[in-house]
Amino acid sequence: MTRYVMVADLRRCVGCQTCTVACKESNGTPPGVQWRKVLDIEAGQFPDVSRVFVPSGCQHCSNPPCMEVCPSTATGQREDGLVTIDYDLCIGCAYCIMACPYEARYKVDESAFAYGDNPTESEKLKAKDFPIDVATKCTFCIDRIDAGIAKGLVPGKDPEATPVCVQGCISGALRFGDIEDPSSGIAQLLEENKSFRMHEYEGTEPGFYYLWDKEAPL
Amino acid sequence: MNMMKQMVTARRQNYWDLRAAGNFIGGGTGVGLLVAATVALAMGGENYVSLLVGMASLSLGLSLVWLEIGKPWRALNVFFHPQTSWMTREGILAGPALIAGGCAFWFQSVSLAVLAAALGLAFLYCQARILKASRAIPAWSNKTIVPLIVVAGLAEGAGLFLAFSTPSQVFILAVFVLGVLLEGLHQVYLFSLKAKKAPAASLECLTGQVASGVVLARIIALALLAVGASGYDAAVVAGGVLLTLCGWTFKGLLVTKAAYTRGAAIPFTPTRGRSQAKAVG
Repeated sequence: MTRYVMVADLRRCVGCQTCTVACKESNGTPPGVQWRKVLDIEAGQFPDVSRVFVPSGCQHCSNPPCMEVCPSTATGQREDGLVTIDYDLCIGCAYCIMACPYEARYKVDESAFAYGDNPTESEKLKAKDFPIDVATKCTFCIDRIDAGIAKGLVPGKDPEATPVCVQGCISGALRFGDIEDPSSGIAQLLEENKSFRMHEYEGTEPGFYYLWDKEAPL
Repeated sequence: MNMMKQMVTARRQNYWDLRAAGNFIGGGTGVGLLVAATVALAMGGENYVSLLVGMASLSLGLSLVWLEIGKPWRALNVFFHPQTSWMTREGILAGPALIAGGCAFWFQSVSLAVLAAALGLAFLYCQARILKASRAIPAWSNKTIVPLIVVAGLAEGAGLFLAFSTPSQVFILAVFVLGVLLEGLHQVYLFSLKAKKAPAASLECLTGQVASGVVLARIIALALLAVGASGYDAAVVAGGVLLTLCGWTFKGLLVTKAAYTRGAAIPFTPTRGRSQAKAVG
């Protein structure tokens, strides 16, 4: 069984937000909507402080609380673990936004553009079609994955079938692939490194892993 | 490994505004009125009009939600997911509760009023569970929110019922006890939020000036009811209305002002260069 997940190596992420830009460019998300974002988290007290860049977004949980609460069944889940939204079913109640512990969902009630009332040339291509008044979130670039698989490509390995944020990452911090495939890059990364998932105590089983240190040698 | 403290990244949700709060206010008060009217009817009263007011309140709350959702003309899709969604369950129960209440008024039937009150209570329970299932907002997903919201709704409705009825002393004392119970649950809720380390901003809001004013006003309302139970009708009306207003204000605060997310949290900082990984608490 395939289970697509994303891995963010916190040791590598430099907070450049290239993934954020790649996502915005690819999905035409309006200002204020960041399906892929990099949080800038500070910890500690001077002089013992640490600044950590944490890529975040929809975690495509195995037990998605957004799907549980959705009254319209607009939020669904595929067999490969991807959590989806049917924009034609969604009533825009925003209940899923209240249920997502990762603040990954958005709803906008009007079209907006980066510079004034009119779309830029790049926004004309995609932003004008961005869904209004319904819940939206990161799809793990589901269209690229499906189109790639249809061509016999491997998501996470072949660029054309891989989410654009992973493709855009300048430091190789973001990786994507099938965690159930022991030969995949991410399966090996997770085996060789220490990792955590955010808010694990919620029991949501997120499909987003953070690497933070090497696994101690045996 | 040294333990570091992480900067808070919680933020207030801004998707559910006063219209959403209006659903919890209207629904709670409406069900409270249905239940209070039914109890009064069972005790021999003749106040069927309260059933109508209760249904109007419940309907008004639902109408406000309809105004809030992004695609109001797809509102019927709300019924699609009774398997797990408390919002669907709430929607499914609203219709039968209103129909039973309408029939109880039309046929002047206590039995139908009891049915309407029972369905209304189930509706109110669903409302409470809607908040409980909102895992992004610790102030809502706290386990004590369910009894708090249910009792708050009953107290709001019963308080309002006192304003346009001539209740017996027993009934007034029952509302007084309900108010005391509500205040107790409110304090348990606040204690639980602190124990569970809810976002500081939520706690600040729920213990700030307005929230403290709600507690004070509720105590005054209870005092008025205690005085009113010995025969002062004006004190009963004032106490009842004040009890209702306290509930409305609290729900407005809870839904719109105290609704902070937990924010992102990392249990470890990464190893980077010469910097060693550290645990974050």
